[in-house]
Amino acid sequence: MPAISTASLPDIVFMLLFFFMVSTTMRETTLFVKTSLPSATEVAKLEKKSLVSYIYVGPPVKNMQAMLGTEPRIQLNDSFKTLDDIRDFISSERDAMSESDRPLLTTSLKVDEETRMGIVTDIKQELRKASALKINYAAKRVEKK
Amino acid sequence: MARKIPEINASSMADIAFLLLIFFLVTTTMNVDTGLPRMLPPIPDKDQKQDDVEVRKRNIFTVRINKSDKLLVNGEPMDIVFLKEKTKEFVVNPNNNPNLSEQEEKNIPLIGKYIVSKGVVSLQNDRGTSYKMYMKVQNELVAAYNEMREDLSRGTFGKPFDKLSEDEKDAVSKAIPSRISEAEPKNIGGK
Repeated sequence: MPAISTASLPDIVFMLLFFFMVSTTMRETTLFVKTSLPSATEVAKLEKKSLVSYIYVGPPVKNMQAMLGTEPRIQLNDSFKTLDDIRDFISSERDAMSESDRPLLTTSLKVDEETRMGIVTDIKQELRKASALKINYAAKRVEKK
Repeated sequence: MARKIPEINASSMADIAFLLLIFFLVTTTMNVDTGLPRMLPPIPDKDQKQDDVEVRKRNIFTVRINKSDKLLVNGEPMDIVFLKEKTKEFVVNPNNNPNLSEQEEKNIPLIGKYIVSKGVVSLQNDRGTSYKMYMKVQNELVAAYNEMREDLSRGTFGKPFDKLSEDEKDAVSKAIPSRISEAEPKNIGGK
């Protein structure tokens, strides 16, 4: 019996590779907090990822809970931060953008659904003080009933 | 007679491609970010007088959420399933009920004369409200406005709202302005 030619196998795999390269985005930050997002029907897609900065709020992940407890915390970029750091974070995000894009800065709040509103209200107040008024409450899309 | 060229062994090519494929599968994410877009109100100036925008009481539709996630709409407890319809009724005010929002006739480009509501939805929450409930309420309020816009654009232009041109979208947004205001945080009743 002649061997089956596998010469076209690389082509197939490359095709798969290109599909994944095009349809996915790079993972940018490692999450230290658990954020299971609430669901909503009226969500809109976040356009232009370069204009978006993320604030993660939620209880620390399982293997950090022994050290940090389960109280919701704020994560900016790659570390835990406090409320006072938000203004610095926003201004550094602004500085990294080109001048014409600065007014378009959107802050996406990725907040765990079990979080209480107190911390979210505080974050919103900080964002208002930093005049980063465009925000986006991250949510999963669900179909309407 | 041409010399026969030996074939290059390409069997490891598949392995290399698989390796690349797995690398990309691990380092990338598939999900598209979605969410409810909102604008925060700017911090009011200290010198600015507080009473320059006075809204009459009948034009305010207060939605309060307490720390056990219960709703109080215009002073009455309500289940979340009725919130969307109530909001629409408040804004449209079809029977000119004096307790619901005031209407004002305005001239809007592309639509013409349209009765614009002066109603404002005011959302207040407690520090103990869960984010899940807050998002549910936000979603219902946005849904109410989106549905009204959808109805208007179907009625006037015969197309769904997201198929309209930019100018038409602008006109519809002017006819039904989305006014959801969030109150300044107050600390009442502790945590």
